[in-house]
Amino acid sequence: MASFKPTKIQVYPKLGEKVTQDTLYWKNYKAPVQIKEFGAVTSIDFSPVTPHNFAVTAFTRIHIYGPFSQEPVKSFTRFKDTAYCGRFRSDGQLLVAGCEDSVVRLFDVSGKVALRLFKGHTKAVHLTDFTSDRYQILTGSDDYTCRLWDIPNATELTTYREHTDYIRCGVTSKLNRDLFITGSYDHTVKLFDARVEKSVITMDHGQPVESVLLYPSEGLLVSAGGRHVKVWDLLKGGQPLVSLKNHHKTVTSLALSSNGQRLLSASLDRHVKVYSTTNYKVVHNFDYAASILSLALAPDDESIVVGMTNSILSIKHRKNQEDSKEIAGQQRRRPSYRVFVKGKNYVPKQDDYLVSKPVKEHLAKYDKQLRRFNVSKALDTALETWIRFRKPEITMAVIKELDRRGTLKNALAGRDERGLSQLLNFLIGNFVDARFTPVLVTAAEMILDIYQSIIGQSPLVDRQLLRLQDLVEKELDYQKELLEVLGMLDTMFASSLPRKEVPCSGIGKLE
Amino acid sequence: MVEHGDIRVVHCGGSKLNFRDPVITHDSRFLLCASGEAVKVFSTSTEECIHELRGHTGLVTGVLLRPSNHLQVYSSSLDGTVRLWDFTDGILIKTCVIGYPIYSFYASAKHENVIFIVTSMPSEKRAERFQLVAVHLPQSGDQLVEARELSAVLSGVNPNPAAIAFGRGGEFIASVNDLQLEVYFFKKQKSYRFFLKEDNKKGGWNTFTCVACHPKDDCIATGHEDGKIRLWRNFNHKKEYTYSTLHWHHSAVSSLCFTPEGTNLLSGGVESVLIQWRYKQESERDFLPRLGAAITHITVSPDGSLFCTSHSDNKITIIQSCVKVSAVIQGLVKGDSIRTDLMMDPRSKALVLNGKPGHLQFYSLQRDKLLYNLDIVQQEYIHESGLQQFEVVKAAFDASGLWLATVEERHQKAAELELNLKLWAFDEQTQSFVLNTTISAPHDAQITAMSFRQTADSQTTLLVSTSKDGHFKAWQLAAPAHTEDEGPSWLCDFVGAYHGLVPECCSFSADGSLLAVAFQEVVTVWSPATWELLTTLSQPPGAVSDLCFGRLSCSKYLLGTTASNLLCCWNLLTCSLEWSTSMDVRRLLVDPLSENMAAFCYQSGSTDLFVFKPSEPRPLFSRKAVCSGKVTQAVFAPREEMLESCEESSQWLNRSQLYFLTQQMDLMTFTTKAEEDRLLASSKQLVIDDSVAMTPFYLLLGKHRQQQQEHRDSDSSLWAERTALPQTSASIKELLQTPAHVLPSTSYLCSMFVQSLLISVSDAREEKAHAEEEMESEKEEEDSEEEMESSRSKPELVAAATESDAPALTKAQARELRRVRKLDHSWLAGLLDS
Repeated sequence: MASFKPTKIQVYPKLGEKVTQDTLYWKNYKAPVQIKEFGAVTSIDFSPVTPHNFAVTAFTRIHIYGPFSQEPVKSFTRFKDTAYCGRFRSDGQLLVAGCEDSVVRLFDVSGKVALRLFKGHTKAVHLTDFTSDRYQILTGSDDYTCRLWDIPNATELTTYREHTDYIRCGVTSKLNRDLFITGSYDHTVKLFDARVEKSVITMDHGQPVESVLLYPSEGLLVSAGGRHVKVWDLLKGGQPLVSLKNHHKTVTSLALSSNGQRLLSASLDRHVKVYSTTNYKVVHNFDYAASILSLALAPDDESIVVGMTNSILSIKHRKNQEDSKEIAGQQRRRPSYRVFVKGKNYVPKQDDYLVSKPVKEHLAKYDKQLRRFNVSKALDTALETWIRFRKPEITMAVIKELDRRGTLKNALAGRDERGLSQLLNFLIGNFVDARFTPVLVTAAEMILDIYQSIIGQSPLVDRQLLRLQDLVEKELDYQKELLEVLGMLDTMFASSLPRKEVPCSGIGKLE
Repeated sequence: MVEHGDIRVVHCGGSKLNFRDPVITHDSRFLLCASGEAVKVFSTSTEECIHELRGHTGLVTGVLLRPSNHLQVYSSSLDGTVRLWDFTDGILIKTCVIGYPIYSFYASAKHENVIFIVTSMPSEKRAERFQLVAVHLPQSGDQLVEARELSAVLSGVNPNPAAIAFGRGGEFIASVNDLQLEVYFFKKQKSYRFFLKEDNKKGGWNTFTCVACHPKDDCIATGHEDGKIRLWRNFNHKKEYTYSTLHWHHSAVSSLCFTPEGTNLLSGGVESVLIQWRYKQESERDFLPRLGAAITHITVSPDGSLFCTSHSDNKITIIQSCVKVSAVIQGLVKGDSIRTDLMMDPRSKALVLNGKPGHLQFYSLQRDKLLYNLDIVQQEYIHESGLQQFEVVKAAFDASGLWLATVEERHQKAAELELNLKLWAFDEQTQSFVLNTTISAPHDAQITAMSFRQTADSQTTLLVSTSKDGHFKAWQLAAPAHTEDEGPSWLCDFVGAYHGLVPECCSFSADGSLLAVAFQEVVTVWSPATWELLTTLSQPPGAVSDLCFGRLSCSKYLLGTTASNLLCCWNLLTCSLEWSTSMDVRRLLVDPLSENMAAFCYQSGSTDLFVFKPSEPRPLFSRKAVCSGKVTQAVFAPREEMLESCEESSQWLNRSQLYFLTQQMDLMTFTTKAEEDRLLASSKQLVIDDSVAMTPFYLLLGKHRQQQQEHRDSDSSLWAERTALPQTSASIKELLQTPAHVLPSTSYLCSMFVQSLLISVSDAREEKAHAEEEMESEKEEEDSEEEMESSRSKPELVAAATESDAPALTKAQARELRRVRKLDHSWLAGLLDS
């Protein structure tokens, strides 16, 4: 006596995003905390020392937020005009910022008033940074120059006038106190050595450069400008390595994940893309509400902070492992472990006679009905609200099974108004789903056959039938249009393909 | 054409087990059933076949226990003989020649030495009519007797054995045919007939299908075409008969059976549910559902403890008292068509083909036993006629046997074709195939062919399927795309087409570097590495129906057969036709272990076989009229051990054996004479003590015991050489076999026993004396008779005397003792007898 074989629920391919290790990692963030700033957020910088506060530059202010605070723990408001590029020194004690009024200000993080003012630029300063020896400051300005300043006596050390357009971004080397890199709107990225008078390496990005980023090893450089993100090999003298074009608007900001394995780029197209640094493929994508100007990752990827043009600062914190577990544990109280292992871990003694108990077969409700050939009841159980909405594939599998048994008509027949409207509801909901259409078409035909005599008796059923008709007509139109588009595309492809000499029509495509 | 006398076409196992109802012996230990031209004896507990009772030359049509001796069994056959067998030893006792083909036969305890046979009536009309004839079996000791006393009982009976039954200890016999029930009373020599109307008002069919009689009561149960069971009573009156109706079955009742005590009625039909009706309380019934396939016969063991059902899928199920299936004896399932080709499982060397609906069967050719059924469809089979269900239509193994690909399809009248391609991975732990990937709707139309790439390094596995939708697709094992997925699964790698033509077949070269796909009359050759079309070959007119690459030294050849009766051989190095010949090849096969190829050609109603090498112009072997009808399924099965045949004509059978299925669904093979001799010899060697059920365990133990026996024999012969005394061994035997409680005390026997074991002295003088002694002893033997008489009169006295004699032994005393020992014997024997 073979046991009853339960109905096979077909597993349909998952639509949409594929679940990878990366999506799991980057999805593991809480809902974002949104903070309204006074203007577009142009720069975000994390303090290198714990507790890793971050400085947010927006309009004429720089706010410093704690890792979990929603209110700024500190703000610097003494700017005459729009502030730019607030950056921490490597010890987290000092903060430097440029300004539209061409003055560079140096703050003590605990104080309020600027410690030093560096005057010398003639136009807005968009780039400020500390060198790795902590005693010098690099600035870059719209007056096409970049300068090095001495912090103790606030004097200008060197001026480089090599760029021919605004300097909007740059970075200093963390390993060598003399090296720094600037990116400019003249499409070039230049590597300078403070020990010589001019740039050492010049790389042509092709678009106005909006952001540059050095890898922790400082062998590779990433530059962003226009829609492109480019990676350069500095050890090979600035040879281009990869060019990525995954955004459809200007890329404004770059960041590296804490382990250096993932590169993030933010763009005006409101997306943040995550690339794998091994093959430079996009592995994940974040969507935001507005164009993004600045992006920063906290150490250990604890939070992702994004500043947007609509002056909103969005902070996503990583979910705590324990938290998520606890929540899951609270949701369902399961019987205690003892219940499951009761009698299972008993080791039989040598003389014991083992009586094997037949394993009880667990069947789903609809399977129990199907086993007894109660076809209508089986369909009823499969049409229960929860299954119908949450797991339509189960309902589909039961309908398919009934069809296979040749008893679908019997199961569909003999329903009252409520039952029929439930059935029609399911049809309307899933009829145009390509996965279900073939089966549902037969079911719909049968329903129309069975119930055509009662059309006009119930307004509810009539309304649903009309909706179904609308749906089918609309779908037909769609399909027709799609076929037209397909035809057009085919002609285009055919004309663009080079002619082959071998008369072969093998159309190979990867699926 | 040379006639090869030493290669024969033989039937190869897999005969029907469900042709006639099986018989369970009185002790419920054995089950006998007719199987082709033999009767098979199975053990009910181990499912093993113990004997095959061979001797009939026609299909066996019935097996019956001899009513007067429950250790003997009758079997009847279409060859017109009834044979009596001893089934425990598998010996033919008697053959009774009747002279007419027997379609079914019956016997009853009341009619001793009479059997009732159903045979065809000599009639001029075309439609055959059958009659029931009583045959008196002649009582003579001869092996071969001829039965001459025949008397007709009923005419116009149904040849189906279920249509006739003996009632209440053989007082009457009930027979059904069409719409008529006929009851014949032996005492009154009178028969009553009862008729049913052709159609009742609901439109059901009233035709009788089977009959059973209550063993104790006057009640006849009949089964009908519409699923009704009627219980007839009071049928010894022409008019006042009554019947009641039971209805559960929705289609024809195929078998009915009462339990020996008559308390229950068992019925079965297409639904594959065994129903047990309580006699006289018919509203109560027990069900045993899902027995696997339609029930054809039901039998109950004489003690009522075992039920046994035969099923349409060549299976016998043994059920313990309607609760538990205790054993399943499964033969090779042969449906009406084999849609998958015959295949060999590279791992188990089993023949694989589709059997039960939705299953693949693995059949061991060596042991003639079904190994297991693999459930491909994994859906509940609905036992209802006229229902379109999923069927396995294609299957393919990869070279290592690690992967199995199957295609199942369901074609409904209105709806479109449903297709599933499933890929199964072999699991080492469970030693069976586990479903890896299901691809629903892999193609838009039927799949015409499927082939795995046969590569030496099974790193990259590739499967190609061709379909009537004009495409062929390549499937490849790919790493999981989702992290949630467990392991690698199969994905489509390439879709190919050629001018919108329909691909009919595909084949990979032996090294897997080339793929040939035949698009109607064009053969396209592709490189699976780059999916580049390398070349096209064509030989119009006629679409290519079969493609094969040569093997080993002939791997440069590609062979194809066309619908217009051409066999073409292309050379792949020159891309040109090497040779072609005109023959209607139905199946082209390549031997995986040699260069040989086999072609089955259909010519004027029969099939010819040619075995050839693509490089040689002359065929290695050819045989006209291998069998009648077309052969479309065949397979080369690699042999377990190579044959060393030096004859040129049979060398092609050295490495592998060729099996094929005829149109009548008989599995045939080719054997050489040498092989047959060897087989015969091996079967003779296998001598089994038949009192024990033959299980593998028993075989092991039996062999061991046999060895021991031999060992002991040799020992005893040695012993006999050493001990010249003839009586000694006998006395020891006596001593050992006598129950301990009737023996004298051990201390008393010990000295005698030891004495008897002593070897004669080496000294020549002693030797002589010994010889004298022997002579004396012989003399003693002669006169021992009288002494025995005396001893029996007063045994106590003698016993006392011997006891006092025990300690010191002189020569005379020893002699005396020997005499005493003889006395002792008879004394014991006397005691034993009493």
